[in-house]
Amino acid sequence: MKLELRGITKRFGGLVANDHIDLVVQPGEILALLGENGAGKTTLMNVLYGLIQPDEGEILIDDKPVHIRSPKDAISAGIGMVHQHFMLVPVFTVAENVTLGVERVRGFGLLDRRRARKDVLALSEQYGLQVDPDAYVEDIPVGVQQRVEIIKVLLRNANVLVLDEPTAVLTPNETEDLFRIMRELREGGRSIIFISHKLKEVQAIADNITVIRRGSVVGQRPPSTSDSELAALMVGRSVQLRVSKDEARPAAVRLRVEGLTVPGVLGGTVVDDLSFDVRGGEILGIAGVQGNGQTDLCEALMGLRPSIGTVLLDGEDISHLSTKDRLRAGVGYIPEDRTEDGLVSDFSVAENLVLDVYDRPPFASGIALDLNAIRKSADTLVADYDVRTTSVQTRAGTLSGGNQQKVIVAREMSRENKVLLASQPTRGLDVGSIEFVHKQIVAERDGGAAVIIVSSELDEIYALSDRIAVMYEGKIVGFCPPDTPETELGLMMTGAGAAEAHAQASGVASGTVQDRLPSPSQSGEESQQQEPEQ
Amino acid sequence: MSDQLPPADPPADPGTTESTKDASAHGAVATTESPQTGQAGPGKSRLKLTGDTIIEAITYGSPAVITILAIFMALVVSALLIVFSDPAILHAWAAFFNAPGQALSMTWHSISTAYSALFEGAIFSPSTIANAFHGGPIAAIFYPISLTAFEATPLILTGLSVAIAFRAGLFNIGANGQFVGGAMVAAWLGFAVHLPAGIHILVCVIGGFVGGAIVGWIVGVLKARTGAHEVIVTIMLNYVMYNLLSYLLGTPHGLQQPHQSNLVAPAIDNNATFPHVGGPPPQANIGFLIALAAAAGVAWLLSRSTIGFQFRTVGANPRAARSAGMSVERSWALVMLVAGGLAGLAASAVIQGGGPPPPLTFNTYGTYGFDGITVALLGRARPWGVVLAGLLFGALQAGGTAMQAATYPQVPVDIVEVIQGLIVLFVAAPPLIRAIFRLRAARGTGLEAVAKGWNG
Repeated sequence: MKLELRGITKRFGGLVANDHIDLVVQPGEILALLGENGAGKTTLMNVLYGLIQPDEGEILIDDKPVHIRSPKDAISAGIGMVHQHFMLVPVFTVAENVTLGVERVRGFGLLDRRRARKDVLALSEQYGLQVDPDAYVEDIPVGVQQRVEIIKVLLRNANVLVLDEPTAVLTPNETEDLFRIMRELREGGRSIIFISHKLKEVQAIADNITVIRRGSVVGQRPPSTSDSELAALMVGRSVQLRVSKDEARPAAVRLRVEGLTVPGVLGGTVVDDLSFDVRGGEILGIAGVQGNGQTDLCEALMGLRPSIGTVLLDGEDISHLSTKDRLRAGVGYIPEDRTEDGLVSDFSVAENLVLDVYDRPPFASGIALDLNAIRKSADTLVADYDVRTTSVQTRAGTLSGGNQQKVIVAREMSRENKVLLASQPTRGLDVGSIEFVHKQIVAERDGGAAVIIVSSELDEIYALSDRIAVMYEGKIVGFCPPDTPETELGLMMTGAGAAEAHAQASGVASGTVQDRLPSPSQSGEESQQQEPEQ
Repeated sequence: MSDQLPPADPPADPGTTESTKDASAHGAVATTESPQTGQAGPGKSRLKLTGDTIIEAITYGSPAVITILAIFMALVVSALLIVFSDPAILHAWAAFFNAPGQALSMTWHSISTAYSALFEGAIFSPSTIANAFHGGPIAAIFYPISLTAFEATPLILTGLSVAIAFRAGLFNIGANGQFVGGAMVAAWLGFAVHLPAGIHILVCVIGGFVGGAIVGWIVGVLKARTGAHEVIVTIMLNYVMYNLLSYLLGTPHGLQQPHQSNLVAPAIDNNATFPHVGGPPPQANIGFLIALAAAAGVAWLLSRSTIGFQFRTVGANPRAARSAGMSVERSWALVMLVAGGLAGLAASAVIQGGGPPPPLTFNTYGTYGFDGITVALLGRARPWGVVLAGLLFGALQAGGTAMQAATYPQVPVDIVEVIQGLIVLFVAAPPLIRAIFRLRAARGTGLEAVAKGWNG
């Protein structure tokens, strides 16, 4: 089935979200839609799926115009959508979920469960999905849940699958699995529209890349196109993908952690007897598959979670201080989840910029706030950190993700920090914002602070770290220099010690890291544990 | 992801990648000459912005517009109720085709009599002005509005109590219990202690505040220490306080009047009662001024103080508050203390006002605390909004009695409660009002909901 979008235009008020977009998806093609957050990718897909009616333009299937007024029309036209957030009933089995809405009925109005199971098994077999039809959705990992969504659309005879940022919720290993499945679907003659803002993924899987910027198509490129060219197209200027930084000049130890142990909320130990030092002027990158205790480590370091062990800041014991006192003592904190922990979306940009210094001079005298001082400082910070906002009184929730993160970065870095703790500092950000945040973090290091970066993106770890620590199941399995090959790091992320990983990686010539990463079910469980926190 | 949809606020954000190029096409963005720094433009375009904002507020249905339309709708529906509850009018409608004029005129007469009596009882009555020209009392002109202020006083204070807790993310159902706490302390100080005039008033007011604050603080501490849900704790404490009051009113050495078998406290000293502004009682006294001062205080606290900043942060995003080093638990305890104190002030206004104020009985607490929830909701938890909502409900109370007296067959005073209930119903359902008046949905919100539902 050939799908064509011709001259799609969608305006919201005076805002053009899609500006005469043309797009052709050939049968058996994986087309990547690449663009920054807010470029108009999702709007376009909502038009295609009938959630939004375009102001102009038409949709053609096999060169015949079709009218898609609702998701129902889209489904009957053979278009299937896998949303970023799954639409599954957790207490139902896989088979029940996929037949929801298209239930087959036997005599007396009984559900034909056997048929549903068989359908799931057949599809699972055909495309190597490895899904158990009898498993309850709440028990299966996120990656498998996504495959259930794929089965759902396949069962409705979708010929064109739209995958909206499908890798955002997946571990590297699950991503690899998803790509394998996408290739199998392509072999089966189905076409896929793959929406992403991650260059590497797009290069790895797409047959063709369409780049969208500010609502318009700015280019079509083959997957062999270089990173920097794609990034430049996407952002509209040339972008440094790897922040340039000078050699680190580590000074004295600023942060010393000794025997830090964090009990889990549900029992057990999530951070197990950690000890490490970070020097001033040094960036320690903590790598690891998500859910191996990194979040808990950060929260314990900030005093947000009860923990055992000592934390020394410039030789002073801060392990019994409250969060407020730790911030006062000179620890800057960029939390993992910016909308949940970092910002108050209903507050103005100015208010968010003083969220942890609002009760100190010059912003307050006694219990009275000095709104003028707050506004003035906000004006300066917004200019210095290039936060794109109408005014400092704009609600922070209306800013784009990148600008929200800049607000947090501005707030935390405008203070004199002895230590900066940044957890997933660029998650979900577009290329331009990543570049900016990385530069700021390096600047903080060069200012003499001890910096800890926690990230599940290896690219980020490599880009920033002067030293890498790998966490696995609450322990640091080893420290290694920033030039350690990805294979070795990958092995360590599965729990191998540094020496062991080095030996093994030297033995294995080809870079088959993925085989060594934790099994899908294992890493899936971990990412599931993350779910409630998100 | 809804990020390519326009921002919810009318002035589009020129910084987000997609909107810069159409900024000129959009009127509301006319002020943003320098999007990088976000400076507002010169005065001329700011004027334009204001005009556009007003038009937009009306066509898109800003909260204020929705509230006004909700009040209007409530009056319309209540008018229907007034008509339908009068058998004579229904009779006239049954004979509509014989005498259409009569049905219409009777309907009009019934509604207009009721509502003009309501208005005259609550705001002012033209006849008093006419009387004043013929040597009648001038004070009588202000009597209705003063009665409105008097009725509004406790409602404003309990409304503020609910509103400030709400801003910190807590649902204070216990303003009634806190009211009782304040009433007991204020009443006891009123009759058991004897002090000079000014000082006695002050002592009772402070006592009322403290009495309510203690009850509220218990709620906050229980939530902070044990995680008990404030809705359940406040509801249960309401019962505790009712029964404590009833016990003390029946205990000779508690609050009971000596040589009395009824559950009634002694009358408070004259020195402790609020002085009137003049004219015949019951009418506005300094309690109303206290309520206005409390509203100003709450407004200052919320927008201009570090404590209020903390309250609002905890209310809007407790996790971010904690990450920023605020103590969420301490904020809960503190805000409930203030909320309880405000409900206690409402009690002091009832105990010390309404001269001579009736002595404390089992019925003193009425439903002030629960009405406070409604008032806070109508006032959208903004201090001055609460004052306006309190005045509206006060006016309905004041006018309701006058309406009942002026109409035959009587329009029961209960219709006032129907109006109040309907206002809240319509306010709570903006989509309903939008549908009735064919307002466009506030820009972005409708689509955002779609995008959220499907896309996160």
